[in-house]
Order: sequence, then structure tokens, then C-alpha cells
Amino acid sequence: MTAETLPSSAPTPDPDLLYSEDEDALRAAVRSLLADRSDPATVLAGLESDIPYDTALWRALATEIGTAGLLVPEKLGGQGASAREAAVVLEELGRSVAPVPYLTSAVIAVTTLLGCDVDRAEVAEPLAGLAEGRTVGVLAVPLPTAPGGVPDPAVRADADGALTGRVTSVADATAAELLLVLAQGPDGPALYGVEATADGVRTETVTPLDLTRPLAHLTFDGARGRLLARGDRARTAVERALLTGAGLLASEQLGVAEWCLSETVRHTAERTQFGRPVGSFQALKHRMAALWLEVASARAAARHAADALATGSPDAAVAVAVAQAYCAPVAVRAAEECIQLHGGIGMTWEHPAHLFLKRAKSDELALGSPGRHREALAGLVGLSAP
Amino acid sequence: MTDADDLRRRTAELLAAHPPAITQRLDFLRARFDAGLAWVHFPKGLGGLDAPRSLQAVVDAELDAAGAPGNDPGRIGIGLGMAAPTILQFGTDEQKQRFLRPLWTGEEVWCQLFSEPGAGSDLAALATRAVREGESWIVDGQKVWTSSAHLARWAILIARTDPDVPKHRGISYFVCDMTDPGVEVRPLRQITGEAEFNEVFLTGVRIPDAHRLGEVGAGWKVAQTTLMNERVAIGGARTPREGGMIGIAAADWRARPELRTHDLHQRLLKLWVEAEVARLTGERLRQQLTKGQPGPEGSGMKLAFARLAQEISGWEVEFLAEDGLTYDDWTMRRPDGVDFTGREAGYRYLRAKGNSIEGGTSEVLLNIVAERVLGLPPEPRTDKDVAWKDLPR
Repeated sequence: MTAETLPSSAPTPDPDLLYSEDEDALRAAVRSLLADRSDPATVLAGLESDIPYDTALWRALATEIGTAGLLVPEKLGGQGASAREAAVVLEELGRSVAPVPYLTSAVIAVTTLLGCDVDRAEVAEPLAGLAEGRTVGVLAVPLPTAPGGVPDPAVRADADGALTGRVTSVADATAAELLLVLAQGPDGPALYGVEATADGVRTETVTPLDLTRPLAHLTFDGARGRLLARGDRARTAVERALLTGAGLLASEQLGVAEWCLSETVRHTAERTQFGRPVGSFQALKHRMAALWLEVASARAAARHAADALATGSPDAAVAVAVAQAYCAPVAVRAAEECIQLHGGIGMTWEHPAHLFLKRAKSDELALGSPGRHREALAGLVGLSAP
Repeated sequence: MTDADDLRRRTAELLAAHPPAITQRLDFLRARFDAGLAWVHFPKGLGGLDAPRSLQAVVDAELDAAGAPGNDPGRIGIGLGMAAPTILQFGTDEQKQRFLRPLWTGEEVWCQLFSEPGAGSDLAALATRAVREGESWIVDGQKVWTSSAHLARWAILIARTDPDVPKHRGISYFVCDMTDPGVEVRPLRQITGEAEFNEVFLTGVRIPDAHRLGEVGAGWKVAQTTLMNERVAIGGARTPREGGMIGIAAADWRARPELRTHDLHQRLLKLWVEAEVARLTGERLRQQLTKGQPGPEGSGMKLAFARLAQEISGWEVEFLAEDGLTYDDWTMRRPDGVDFTGREAGYRYLRAKGNSIEGGTSEVLLNIVAERVLGLPPEPRTDKDVAWKDLPR
């Protein structure tokens, strides 16, 4: 009989799972902006235009409210807040499925640069640009890439920093001015910064399942990159960015699920059939009550992940895997229930429910599927496969 | 303001004045109560210090470390979890002084006389009658699913005091003396083989009016406090990661590699995640509820707890293969308390079936969440405005 040892990383003794007053104030500012500029009808109307994201909304959100720099220390041009505050912004963005590159630029690209040597101008300058919302940057990885095992780079760099290779399904690449590319160089992996408009960069847009988060394939054919970090430092920076992205994506999924539940409750309390509101039938209300419990649970899981990331807890990898494994399916179920309990209107293009279903389903694949995160957990908590 | 340091100081003083090694268990528990360290969120003079509920953990940790005796909450769970918060909220000063101290120290065990053969989910339809006679009430009826009735000194009881008004309005709430000669307790054997519960027959039981909690006819409202606390007590215990049922399943998995299959692995990981999230959800609720009464949100915790207990214990029996085919003991016994994670896998699996029935079925709890949390319209109720005596039975 072989007994495995218990995992060494215990949960943080007292994670703060609530919202602070500052976080509530930030939420109110973001919600009011989104209510004004990004209600579902506006989002729907903008979807089939050629503009990859709502630039005016992004400016207001990123620069005027200052959310793009929440994760960046003040001396580097940011707000000096933490993952907890960024999570609140993502909850609100989930509630409105707003088409802005917040997760990709203000969370993942920013965290990647923060993992490099910020005392170097090559790092500090683009970081300040992202933090102030002046530029949009993305980490060039396929959207489904999970933390806990950055794959070998698909791009090669020669000794002069010329990049060759192809990265598929990169979220918000069409919106980006700066591409962060992990490439296999002559001395091992290295991270490069590449201008999206540089010679030798080709961006092919893909028709995405989720129209509110554009996807593109990137091809590099001798494109010039500036070296940002090399070796383990580059890999660690990318790994930390993916972990942070996955952990905070849980808050976006929470926001998606919340909207779906509250719209479904509103609709079924008003919609009358058989002479009574359909929401009075137990067959329906029990489904919504079960969903409420899942949303309340998703909130605890998402807050736990955000708090673990904000405090640099050694438990962060477990907290993120738990949050993703739990919140991703909750968002999908909430969106699916939303459509079913709306009946016929839920199946129309006109009603915004489909935007939330598409976002939820695409989010489920993003940054590692629930099954991937459960597999990661098996290793983290000592429950090995047969 | 009582803070953690203050509580540590008070705990150290208690330990110095009553060293656990040379103090009788009961003497220590009484001294702890009198020092306000029993339940720190209770008022001063009633075992508490008006401190935030969350600070209880500070006291408990210090006392555990010093090897101080506990009050065996598994044996007196109904008193602690249900009777005490109700007495605190609705009791007179005399009632609080008389009942809370021996309740907390375990000198007096409590049970709950609520459910009846004809009033389960529809608890407000209860038929046990209480008739006023001078300064007393005379109670006749039958109660069921009463844990600890055979050990109890007192019971919280709801009975019908006015059959001429609609069912919710004619109920009053009492403290019933279980040593009254009119109280008869019969064991009720369960699917586990043992009799943790009882049937209780009440025949001409005399209760002084001084043992009524709340106004005459306001018993339903008082009972809501008990029921909400019961749901928190069943689903809301604070556990560490891998505490409770999932910890047993994870330990089994680590200890028995020869029994592992891929399917069981996938399901275990899913349950592990759900148990961890349920733990966090409970933790979050506790952070919100620093003091005061649980709201209907507490019902959600019990729903999650019941489903997980059932799924995990079912997983465990399946994982254990041949061992899952055996049962430790079917002998009819009357246990002193209940331990959901006690005994062996078969017992845990069977006992967990009760978790979605006791303290409000999962279906009733879903109604409560839907109507009181989400504000969905209620099912039409034909009995709401009819006098209880005119309801079909």
C-alpha cells in the first residue's frame, strides 16, 4: 500500500472573500459606464461591424476610470491596486459582455510584462503604455492555453531577434498594437515585444463563436522583436500571466452567470402562461434556485482566486484551478438555462441571451477547460490518476 | 470593544484560574460560560461578550491548545444550534437565565418537537393541541423525527393554540419538560439499523405559561428563527480543506491505489472541487454574518451540503469495491448523538440520505430560495386563508 502525502500548500488561513468599500465604489463606476455605453442592444448592434472592439468605451474604461493600470504599481504608471480590484472590473464586463480587451491587455499582457525586469526601459515603456490604456497589448498564445505547462513556443527567433512561426486563435490580436511573443531562440525560450504593424507580421481574423471576443491567427515571417526576457524568467512571466488570467476569468464567468440568472428571474416573474407567472411553477423556480446556489458558490470561488492572486498566496495555483473548474461550467449552465427558460424569445438573434451563451461557452475553453484544471488539481492536491 | 487580543487575555485568565489538568470538566465549562467565552457573540452575562461571532475561533484555538475540555457539541447540537438562538431572540430574561447556561455546558440536553406524522414539509399544518388552563397549557399530540428525545431534559415545542384561524396564525411556541409524566418516547429505527430518532407521544402534558417563547399565536414566526438556525447548523459548520466527507474519500483514494479507476478519478476530482467551493461559500457566508441571524441564504448551504454528502458517500461505497458490499453492524442501538462522518462507508451512505430530508427537504429549501431570495411568485395556496379546523385532512 502506498500512501501519498498530503499537499503542502494549505489554503490561506483567512482569505477575504467579501468586497471592500473601494471595490464597491470601483464597481459602481464601471457599472454606470457600461450601463450608459454598453447595454446589450448596443453590443448587439456593434457586433457585425468591422471594428474589433469599442474604442470609445475602452478609452473611458481603461484611461478615464483608470482600470487598465489596476495591476501596475504607481511608480510604473499604474493604479497600484491588485487582482481583487481587476476581478471586480471583470465581473462587470461579464455582466455586460462588453467587447473590450480588458482580460487580454490589462490582465494577461500586463502581468507578463510585470514578470520581466521592469527596471529596463524596453519593459517599463510598453508597460506604462498598457497601464495608461494608451496601447492594447496581447500575449500571443492560443486562447485555450492553460496555466501549469506553457507549451514549447510555436515561434522561433534567430540571433538578431527575427521571429518566424505561427500562433493560432489569439484573442483580441486584431485590437492589439503590441504583441508579446514567447519564442524559441538560439539560447532557449525568450519573450519578445513585436509591433502588430511591423513588417513580417500577418493577422488573419477568424470568425469566432463569441463575437464579443475577436480571435485571429498570427503569422510571423522574419518580424523584428525587442527582447524582453529570456530563459526561465520569460517562461515564468508567461506562466504567471496565464495563472492570473485564468483566476480572474472566473470573475468574468461569475458576471456572465449573474446576468443570466437575474434576466431569467425577471422574465419568468413577468411572463404569464396557464393564467399565472411561469416563474411560480416549481418545475421552473427550482431550476433557478439551484442556479442561484451555483452563482453564490461561484462568487466564493472567484473571490478566493482573486484574493490568493492579490496576496501572492502559495495556494494561488489551487485557488485558480478550483475557481476555473467550478465557475466555467456555472456560466455555461446559467446561459443555457437562460435560453431555455426564456422559451422562444431566447432563441432569437434579437434577444441578447445568445451573446452570453457564446461568451460563456468560449470562456469555458479559454485558459484551460474545466477538465484541464481538474487534472492540474490532481497533481496539486495529491490525488493522482490511476 | 472586544478584539482578538482581549479575548486571548480573557482566555489566559480563565485557564490560569481553572487549570484544565486539575479542574472538573463541568466546573471548567461553567467557569468558561461565566467568563463570557462560551459563545462570544452572545450578550454579557449569558455566556458571551457581545463580540463578533468570527472571534470565537480565537478562543477555541487557545482552549484547544491548552487541552481544555469541550462541551461535546455532537451530543447537544439541537440545544446549541436551534434552542439557544431562539431563546436568545424570543425568551424573557428569566428564561435566558434559567436555560442557556446548563444548555451550553451540556448539563441539560435539548430536543425539538416540531414535525408530526401529518405535518412534514407542511409543518404549519401541525395538529398537536395546547389548551390554556389557568397559568398552564395542557398539550396533547404526537411528534416524530425527534433526535435525542430519550436523553433530553427539555424540548422546544410548537403546538396549536387556536384552531379557528388560518394555520400559520394559530401556533404558539413552548419549552416542554421532557420529564413530565405525559411524555412518552419510543425509538424509531432507521435505514441505518439504529434509532437516532424517536416518536414522542404527548398526553395531558402540563406546561406553565412562563415556559412560552414569544406571544400566543406568534409561534410560527419564532419557529422560523429555529428553522433558519437549524439549516445553518446542518450545512454551515466551519471545516478545513478536505474536512468532512470529502476528506474521507480523498484519504481512501490515497490509501488504496489498487482500487483506482479513471472514471472514479474524474468523479472524485469533480466532487473535490465542489466540496472546496462549498467550504468557501460557507466561509463567505460566515464573513458576511459576523453577528446576527442567518438569512434565507443559509438554506442554500444546507442544499449544497446534502447533495455533496450523498454523492461523496455514494462514490466511497463504489470505490471500496468488495468492502463496499459489507456493513459494520445492523444492531438496533440508540446512539447518544449523531456523527454524519462516523462509522463506516455503508453507514455514511445511508445516513446521508437523511440530509436532504431533515431540517427542511431540499425541495422546500429550493422553494424558500426561489421565493425569498429571488423573489419569484409563490405557487397558488388554497389553504392560506382557511381556518385550520376547516382544512381537509
